[in-house]
Amino acid sequence: MIAVQDRKIALWNIGVAYTAFLIGTLCGLLQVFIRNDALQLPAWLDYYQILTAHGVLLALVFTTFFIFGFFITGMSKSLGSFGPKVRLFSWIGFWVTLLGTVMATAMIVAGEASVLYTFYAPLKASGFYYVGLALVIIGTWISSFALVGHYRVWRKNNKGQLSPLFAFMTITTIIMWIIACLGVVATVLFQYIPWAFGWTDTIDVELSRTLFWFFGHPLVYFWLLPAYMAWYVIVPKILGVKVFSDSLARLSFVLFILFSIPVGFHHQLTEPGISNFWKFLQVVLTFMVIVPSLMTAFSMFATFEIAGRKNGGKGLFGWFTKLPWKDIRFTSIFIAMAFFIPGGAGGIINASFQLNEVVHNTLWIVGHFHITVGTPVAMTFMGLTFWLIPYLTGRKFTKSMKVLGLVQIITWSFGMLLMSTAQHLLGLLGAPRRTAYSGYNDHPAALEWFDGILTNHVTMAIGGSILFVSAMILIYIVVMTMFLSPKAVEPKDIVDFPLAESDMSRTPKWLENWWIWIGLALALIVIAYAIPISQMIHHAPPGSEGFKTW
Amino acid sequence: MHLHKYEKIWLVFGIASLIVFLSVVGVSAFSQDHTPAGGMETIDPKKVSETAPFDNPGVTQLDDDTYQATIVAMAFGYQAPELKVPVGKEIIFKVTSTDVVHSLTIDNTKVNMMVVPGRITTKSYTFEEPGTYLILCNEYCGTGHHMMYTEIEVYEQ
Repeated sequence: MIAVQDRKIALWNIGVAYTAFLIGTLCGLLQVFIRNDALQLPAWLDYYQILTAHGVLLALVFTTFFIFGFFITGMSKSLGSFGPKVRLFSWIGFWVTLLGTVMATAMIVAGEASVLYTFYAPLKASGFYYVGLALVIIGTWISSFALVGHYRVWRKNNKGQLSPLFAFMTITTIIMWIIACLGVVATVLFQYIPWAFGWTDTIDVELSRTLFWFFGHPLVYFWLLPAYMAWYVIVPKILGVKVFSDSLARLSFVLFILFSIPVGFHHQLTEPGISNFWKFLQVVLTFMVIVPSLMTAFSMFATFEIAGRKNGGKGLFGWFTKLPWKDIRFTSIFIAMAFFIPGGAGGIINASFQLNEVVHNTLWIVGHFHITVGTPVAMTFMGLTFWLIPYLTGRKFTKSMKVLGLVQIITWSFGMLLMSTAQHLLGLLGAPRRTAYSGYNDHPAALEWFDGILTNHVTMAIGGSILFVSAMILIYIVVMTMFLSPKAVEPKDIVDFPLAESDMSRTPKWLENWWIWIGLALALIVIAYAIPISQMIHHAPPGSEGFKTW
Repeated sequence: MHLHKYEKIWLVFGIASLIVFLSVVGVSAFSQDHTPAGGMETIDPKKVSETAPFDNPGVTQLDDDTYQATIVAMAFGYQAPELKVPVGKEIIFKVTSTDVVHSLTIDNTKVNMMVVPGRITTKSYTFEEPGTYLILCNEYCGTGHHMMYTEIEVYEQ
């Protein structure tokens, strides 16, 4: 059991995460019904406000707070209790992030920031929305530096040793996150805030988009890497085996530092201001990031097979049936991984240069998002929640909770399967994303999109409703394990942190020489971005004034 | 560093597939000119209506086989009178915005262009089937985003 003060920080982070999850999923439910024209919103609330809240609260707030709750618990578990300074800065980081979240959310509710979570200029929200977003980033930096400080103390006391795998992966994710945020911090501090408060008249739109996407793609890896951590270090323990290969796990993580950042142009393939050469170069770099994901897939299935055979599985596939399917800590994460197979394949399609034109900004992208962050990442976090909260509160995870947990992950998978399949297909037919309705005055072409068995508003609404029910079951489990379930007294009831052993005896030391990876990452960023950004600045058109079109 | 034999096979197969994918995409892009919408031209977003070719939006014939369709996007519609183009001829779309970011996306085609204020987006496309096509905006641009659409008529010559 980790120190009670560390548990408290982690629990507050997870508490905020699930508060955001509650509101965010409610917004999602409203959206499917508004699109269906089955629900009329009151005059003071509009679709795009709800859409903004859905994106910000789920994609940014839920993920970020949960990730820090998980990191704090795991770092305290694997490196020892935090010192007073690490605790203090973890708290400061938490409160700054929360303050930023509240500011941004208040602006959305007030109708001053219906600009979606991508906040593309020259849509001009209240300056306080951008200040709120900046505080969110700065808060995560403070929390990150607290964890880096904790890690440095450990390294000083354990000279010449490789750090435990959990700590190594946490630091990798944090390094990637800090470098990635430089883009969004630059655009928000130097472009958006001065412009939104009226200190400058105009903004360079293409530059702001480029700096945003410098951050926007690694942002998705900031969500994914903690899920990968669970796959690498938690799953083997649940299965009763060791980490498949310590060195391979570490290598795949450092490759993410290198290849998740210099790839933002693949979100800007259909826009002007970037020449085809630079777009294509970043497409190539984007594909490099597939390599560590292939390594991860191999490690996972190797782990499953080893565990299944250990349990007596015979023949080519007999091990598969010997996996602990009744253990929701495992089943949830297994389903999460299964969703990532089409999710990852869809990502390759999206990034494929001219092929992007077919899917860019259609509902396909929305579907893609829901089977990447919405299931592989979110359902891994759910699978972690089932033991993480009881571990932190010292409460039981009762039998009825286990049954509910199973219902929750099955409903989530089924709802997501319906909704995301409908979205993918609708997108291929041409239906756009981010629209309240997409009937275009009953234009025949638009009516045709929604005419299929799977491609209609009803399928999406059914999927969305099932997802909402699932989300509410999860909230119930969270509330119970946080406040109401009986305390675990007997040893058999105590919920543990499943942290797998990892054999480091053959892991090369250079993998933990961070300066190599930071240096290479910066070099790749310079190669991919220096020339196109300087061209963009040198040949910039007159800037844009702000518009409030909502 | 130790790699399992099967893992080596898996990675070699994976990386080889990536190289094949990228080569297909690259050859198609740079030797057959299949590139997404783009362009490096700039424009003053406040002077769009005074700047050629946007001072005279619509369809113009450049030569026997090429037409240009000049369109101004704005919240929440497209300014381009009489969007009629022939089937089987190269149409060069040139689009810009007077306010926020939009898109110009033609249903059932590969025309999917982000429209950024201060920049001119260009895309060349040849329609193969006559008919009336729906043009819509697929980048969120405000309250009326879902009402932003128009049509283009592709006629038989």
